[in-house]
Amino acid sequence: MRGKMTAITHHIPDALLAAYAAGSLPQPYALVVASHISLCLDCRATFDAHQAAGGAVLDTAERAHLSNGVKARVLEQLDAPVAPEPVFQRSGVFPGPVMEVLKGKPPRWRTVGGGVRQSILSATGEGSVRLLFIPPGQAVPDHSHNGLELTLVLQGSFSDETGRFGVGDMEVADEHLEHTPVADVGAPCICLAATDAPLRFRTLVPRLLQPLFRI
Amino acid sequence: MTKPSRQISPQTLQMLAVRDARDRAAFSRLFDYFAPRLKGFIMRSGTGSGQAEEIVQDVMLTVWRKASMFDPQRANVSAWIYQIARNRQIDVIRKENRPLPEALGAPPADEPDASQILAVEQEAGQLKDALARLKPDQREIIEKAYLGELTHQEISTQTGLPLGTIKSRIRLGLERLRHELKDAR
Repeated sequence: MRGKMTAITHHIPDALLAAYAAGSLPQPYALVVASHISLCLDCRATFDAHQAAGGAVLDTAERAHLSNGVKARVLEQLDAPVAPEPVFQRSGVFPGPVMEVLKGKPPRWRTVGGGVRQSILSATGEGSVRLLFIPPGQAVPDHSHNGLELTLVLQGSFSDETGRFGVGDMEVADEHLEHTPVADVGAPCICLAATDAPLRFRTLVPRLLQPLFRI
Repeated sequence: MTKPSRQISPQTLQMLAVRDARDRAAFSRLFDYFAPRLKGFIMRSGTGSGQAEEIVQDVMLTVWRKASMFDPQRANVSAWIYQIARNRQIDVIRKENRPLPEALGAPPADEPDASQILAVEQEAGQLKDALARLKPDQREIIEKAYLGELTHQEISTQTGLPLGTIKSRIRLGLERLRHELKDAR
């Protein structure tokens, strides 16, 4: 499916898009940004512009001499057969980049309490990214995050102290934002959320058990 | 100042010949133009000569293999190859697959719109000019940012970013995307 025209009002800040285009965002954030661009024509245009700027840097780069044989090796391989790379299409509310991480399969949800479910897509020392399923009217469990937190709405909507976020909207929260997102009435809210530290739910599970559940 | 050119650049014509006619001679000329720049670009972030050449090979092979994705109405050749190079560097150096947005699909098969291609190239030329006019220290910050050497926080605190030219590029690019998608429906 091509870029959907929804009324997206919360976009990716420019510095974040520049960092994504330059490839300096850790994978969890890059996944959220790539997913937002998949849904948002405005941010795709900004992404294209940053690529053009990167192209200008490449174009003016100092030229380095290539060893003998590099070109010949490339030309030799032009006809070599290559296995086609799988292309992961958007599926339901999940954009292509999310489907790629899910390897084309539906997410495996795990209950974290209060009707809230999550599906961890990746968790490393650099951060984690997960899908969250929040029933209408339910708050995202009280959580803290050490640094930047990006949340992209894929279905339904939520509201918190800073505003309302619908499908395609991305909330950027830093460590200073104490917020309590609540899923609006209507469809359950499904979000893609990335943090640079394990998201800690303060109330549901004793802190000691958190490493076990990786929440 | 680069004079606004009324002709499509050799690189774009070569890339279109690669895309549409699998033209090896055109690819060979693209290699001669881009491979030394790519190697210089990759080595600037501290990659050794041998590994840089391996990445250059991978990037140029991707240019050949994914040529069908090249759309000169959206990106000039340097911008397109820049992105391929950064993706490959991340794959190799960080050993992770960089998440990429959904592709918009192959470019429209009908006759390319020369005025659109020229507009994209003209903006690319303006970006290069803007880069050349910067003071050396400012220019270095921009180069570091697009080489992937600055963190998101560092980019946020840099006032030199974004260049004013990028802003107008964004607006025009959005108009073109809307136009292209409308035609595709």
